[in-house]
Amino acid sequence: MAEPMNNGSNGFLPSASTSLRLKTGLAEMLKGGVIMDVMSVEQARIAEQAGAVAVMALERVPAMIRAEGGVARMARPGLIKEIIGAVSIPVMAKARIGHFAEAQVLQHLGVDFIDESEVLTPADETHHIDKHAFTTPFVCGARDLGEALRRVAEGAAMIRTKGEAGTGDVVHAVKHMRQIVKDMRALTVLSEVELFAAAKEHRAPYELIRMVAKTGKLPVPNFSAGGIATPADAALMMQLGAEAVFVGSGIFMKERATPLDVELNAAGQFNNPAERAEAESRARAIVRATTHYQDPAIVAECSEECLGSMKGLAVSAIDESEMLQTRGW
Amino acid sequence: MRRPTMTKTAWIPRIGVLAIQGDYEAHAQALREAGAEAVLVRKAEQLAAIDGLVLPGGESTTFLKFLERDGFLGALREFVAGKPTFGTCAGCILLAEEVLHPAQESLGVLHASVERNAYGRQIDSSIQVADTALAGGPLEMVYIRAPRILKVSEDVRVLAERDGFPVLVEQGHLLAATFHPELSLDRRVHRYFVEQVLARRGDGTQKS
Repeated sequence: MAEPMNNGSNGFLPSASTSLRLKTGLAEMLKGGVIMDVMSVEQARIAEQAGAVAVMALERVPAMIRAEGGVARMARPGLIKEIIGAVSIPVMAKARIGHFAEAQVLQHLGVDFIDESEVLTPADETHHIDKHAFTTPFVCGARDLGEALRRVAEGAAMIRTKGEAGTGDVVHAVKHMRQIVKDMRALTVLSEVELFAAAKEHRAPYELIRMVAKTGKLPVPNFSAGGIATPADAALMMQLGAEAVFVGSGIFMKERATPLDVELNAAGQFNNPAERAEAESRARAIVRATTHYQDPAIVAECSEECLGSMKGLAVSAIDESEMLQTRGW
Repeated sequence: MRRPTMTKTAWIPRIGVLAIQGDYEAHAQALREAGAEAVLVRKAEQLAAIDGLVLPGGESTTFLKFLERDGFLGALREFVAGKPTFGTCAGCILLAEEVLHPAQESLGVLHASVERNAYGRQIDSSIQVADTALAGGPLEMVYIRAPRILKVSEDVRVLAERDGFPVLVEQGHLLAATFHPELSLDRRVHRYFVEQVLARRGDGTQKS
């Protein structure tokens, strides 16, 4: 499985509109990197120091949303601004599915990428955001090729697997990545006539189906998210064809609903140096394993350096109705 | 001693692309189209087997953290001191003598002062067309969260400008751009770098 889908830049680059080229251009710069969920300025600093390529500013990470319930919304603008002010790497933030007003707010705040995310409570049961209407690029989740291409048609500049967020169980990120890669590979052997039927089956625009059939890859970068918690998880997703990984609850969570204490006290010292060190070690190890995903000796070293890991929740134990990945249409 | 790839009389240079993170695949593709052999470089020992190096776009902080951690920085410093190196965007930041906004460590070989994210955030990214010193007319330039070269020393040759600030510069064996030629179809910048590598074959290759 050596780099099956990782060659070169993506299919939109030469002929697409200026706006789309700039959007996918930033996604190109994030390739091979780790994007980390952060809930505070200190977490964002840890991420940047560890070598994350971007941070996702959130009020609660998916594991906490899952444990606490309630309506999950866009993060507070104040928190997003604080994080933008604290780090020099790109800052992403999540908007609810279909909630274009939240997306307008995020664009106004200057976030570099908007994640229209199933992790938040959907705001529209039929429509996703018209992402062409924005200057800020969007990333969207997908479980198969049809879903990925529907999001690309709406203007997404990056696709990520949905996986099952907030579990620390990588099984569905694997399932979705394998599905997308398999769907793409299957298209490459079809005849011109068969592609029309394939477009119908995948419920995706024919032009995009045809583009994938020609190149064997998505027209935008293809990243992975949803349950990635360890250096080996990151290496696994990269070998399966992901071009970068999102790590959410895996870095900063201790128990399912309790983050490690990485904050500073009033005197500017660490509240809990041991937990701070644990978060830093996990962040560093996952970044390094993502670069060296093809080198088991280095991934082994990274796994060894990693102090502790999130407790996690097996996806097989979650009731279908509790799944986040089924949100989105 | 590596074997040079021979096709009759033509010698094909082997150019590395630092592949820690970023758009290294796009650079590798551009180098191949410009007539070079491209190699992804993830370890210090690979530097011994290449004739030139591209430092791609990506996040310069990520590059630095990685290089510091793996003891790669020293080997890279030695390489860029004498061998042809081309940095784009984050790679340009890495080459510069002085980095601002915020200040950070660098390889410090390019006699220039570079300000990170100088044009703003992603919504301020842009594609422009401008004249350059390269033959063949105006060049498309893709700027993504781009840095700005604030000033350069006298030994740095400016090959293109944007609003009076240099965007493509050359200093001896070094070439740097604040934009991303690898994201355009025009291969003139990569071809120019490959020509520099070819021209320097001989004087650079003696060192280790």
